[in-house]
Amino acid sequence: MEEKIKQLRIEHITKRFPGILATDDVSLTVDEGEILALVGENGAGKTTLMNILMGIYQQDEGRIYINGKEVRFRGPEDAFKAGLGMVHQQYMLVPDMTVTENVALGYQAAWKPFHLDLDMVRKKVIEVSEHYSLAVNPDAYIWQLTVGEQQRVELVKTLCLGAKFLILDEPTSALTPQETDELVSLLKRMKSELSIIFISHKLNEVKALCDKVAILRHGALVFSGNTADYSSNDIAALMTGHEIVLPENKEVWAGGELALSVKNINVRSDRGFLALEDFSLDIFQGEIVGLAGVSGNGQRELAEAVNGLREVESGTIEFFGTDLANKKPYYVIEHGMGYIPEERNIEGIVPSFAIRENFILKDSDKDRFSRHRFLKKKEISRNADTLRQSFDIRTPDTVTAAGSLSGGNIQKVILAREITRAPKFLIAVYPTRGLDMGAIEFIHQELLKKRREGIGILLISEELDEIMNLCDRIAVIYKGKIQKVLSHKEANRRRLGILMAGLDDGSGEEA
Amino acid sequence: MNRNFKIAYKVSVIVLAVLATLLLSSLILMILGADILKTFYTIVITPLTRVGHITEVFVRAVPLCIIALGVAVAYRSGIINIGAEGQMAMGILGFTTVAVTMPDTPRFILLPFALLCGMLCGALWGFIPGILKAKLDVSELLSTVMLNYIAAQFYSFCLRVPLLDPAERLSGAGTPQSARLTANIEIGRISGRLHYGIFIALVLAVLVYLFMWKTSYGYKMRASGAQSRAARYGGINVPFYVTLAMVISGAFAGLAGGVEIAAVHRRAIEGVTNNYGFSAVVVALFGMLHPFGIVPASFFFALLIYGSTLTPRAVGVPANIVDVMQGLIIIVIVTTQMILQNSYLEDRVWRWFKTRTGKEEV
Repeated sequence: MEEKIKQLRIEHITKRFPGILATDDVSLTVDEGEILALVGENGAGKTTLMNILMGIYQQDEGRIYINGKEVRFRGPEDAFKAGLGMVHQQYMLVPDMTVTENVALGYQAAWKPFHLDLDMVRKKVIEVSEHYSLAVNPDAYIWQLTVGEQQRVELVKTLCLGAKFLILDEPTSALTPQETDELVSLLKRMKSELSIIFISHKLNEVKALCDKVAILRHGALVFSGNTADYSSNDIAALMTGHEIVLPENKEVWAGGELALSVKNINVRSDRGFLALEDFSLDIFQGEIVGLAGVSGNGQRELAEAVNGLREVESGTIEFFGTDLANKKPYYVIEHGMGYIPEERNIEGIVPSFAIRENFILKDSDKDRFSRHRFLKKKEISRNADTLRQSFDIRTPDTVTAAGSLSGGNIQKVILAREITRAPKFLIAVYPTRGLDMGAIEFIHQELLKKRREGIGILLISEELDEIMNLCDRIAVIYKGKIQKVLSHKEANRRRLGILMAGLDDGSGEEA
Repeated sequence: MNRNFKIAYKVSVIVLAVLATLLLSSLILMILGADILKTFYTIVITPLTRVGHITEVFVRAVPLCIIALGVAVAYRSGIINIGAEGQMAMGILGFTTVAVTMPDTPRFILLPFALLCGMLCGALWGFIPGILKAKLDVSELLSTVMLNYIAAQFYSFCLRVPLLDPAERLSGAGTPQSARLTANIEIGRISGRLHYGIFIALVLAVLVYLFMWKTSYGYKMRASGAQSRAARYGGINVPFYVTLAMVISGAFAGLAGGVEIAAVHRRAIEGVTNNYGFSAVVVALFGMLHPFGIVPASFFFALLIYGSTLTPRAVGVPANIVDVMQGLIIIVIVTTQMILQNSYLEDRVWRWFKTRTGKEEV
């Protein structure tokens, strides 16, 4: 075993990609037992900086020191050897393998000639998970695990490989509030033995967990200091360059007709079990109904069933009087449904298509964009320019491939398309997941604007703040059923959290 | 990065690629003890030196181009058609059957009708893997290759039994070929064996471009191919467009077969398909799956194919060795394309170049 990492210091790190300066002369220091928060908007260069630290990219200029000695990482193996470990935002796990097998992939001590010593790896997994009280079943297959459990596997894996310095890239972006709290307290315990760099957008977590905070904007370090000395709002302002206050839904529901009425539907998940069981929900025009719940409790299946993308075994989905159950996606779209899907990168857009082509994904046959099936190039380009401006999509032009945009801009492309198609109703699934404050603010404003225009919105989210800010009514989903529907007044974080965990909130009354 | 550097970079990558190909090919020829320079000259230059040669190159370019256009339509729609060989054979059978059964029909009806039948037979052979993929998610790599075998045997059977030339049957020689087709069905020749089919290929290239890039049909097909989940989300009937793409692809291969018989052979014989169906996949990829790339690409590959027929006599190098060299060329070309598209590598070379020369220009 190598010595402990007493200090990690990076100096004047600069990295250029074709056409952009990804990190610009960044210097940072992390001491033993410290948690440094690295915050910044999407595309600020956080991930690039960490990839350099892990040897995945080589810096163009600058140096990295561990315990005062300069180190050079030619690849991730070198970084592992030096005791650095990173948990990426997208988990690097093989779904068809068990936890033990996944750890074994990188665990070189177990690689005997002609033989992989899985027993040894298994023991190590158990040892590490007990030491840090990270509950993990070494024999479970990854695909059987929830997102939160997969993250624990990633942590165990990294620790098994001997990491003494952890880099966590947006570890909470896919976690439920409860899982997030667990992770925060876990990391607090772990910091007695490790140093951690914690990348996040969520400033309350930063405040709760981190000792120091460093803020990146456009690749440059604009601020670093002790977390205790600054409020979340101070940090948010430094991060975006201006103050952000997320909008809230304060108006009273003006009334409206029944828009979407889901009655007693049964829907199966990809794995064949009933993801929605006897599920019912009514949504009226002019209100935002939040569907709160830990992801994986049937939200995806609900959105897909309503939009004709998933078979409905029984029950009806009435949409302004027409039944949408088991209809083609085209039929649902033509009846005025707008849909912001969960998978924005591969479902919401065709990544290799130009932005302007993505704007006509649902309308290429409409008179506006084609005549006798021939596309109207001018109109398509004019439409794209208008949307780019009114939705502030940051791109040099609209012929750029949509997949090359940042997450926030991709979401704006989808939002722009869905909203300007003048839908009668909107379903938004995790619309702000992984986005920075600026983009979240924009999307929340647009949703509220649509509500004011009298459109019903189903907002599927696991962000309690988002739901509390925006929704008129909040339905909590658990294991494919509605636990309870609360009015905005009745809801609070604690009550929602209890309901989301599948427990009775003790009020006794049924909504 | 300045403009001159970009051009210089691209040119040097291409020069390096050419050198690499030459070096590897020379190595093979050296082992054979052949005259290296003369071999290269025979393959690449000789075919361009005489009109008689050039027309032969074009004769090979026409089927390559037509089939490659169809392969590109399928590929862009998310299905890889390596069954063009079989679809072409089926097309020939359809074409020949019409020609043999109604030889006295006037030309302006017979020729289009026979070509249409060829297209329909090819389309049917493309429809099968298309619908299997769309409805049951059967891998098209499997189904198209298997259908190639079936088509090849069926073709062979037809030439020996139902379509066998009556004269062959009488003489008892039994060479597997159809009767010589009526003059009513021939496509005219311009010079040598070069025929008017070349205009069919060029017109189709323009039509494919318009269809795939200027109409909403093409838009939906490309969307289905580029990201089928997003296409489905967008209300596009992905299975329909995938099947349609395979039908078009098969029809093109069938048409190529019909044109080849009508213009070149004038009767169905064995070996007409000449691996065009497979070479066309390479032509389509080399032409970057775009009609305007496929037209020159098919000429280039036709040049290599024709050049290889000249080497045995001119320099004593067997044609198979030229196949080996073709393989090398294809690998190098594809690699070069990948390198040219890698802007990150280009940027690194640029900065390396800057530090070497010490100049700080933007």
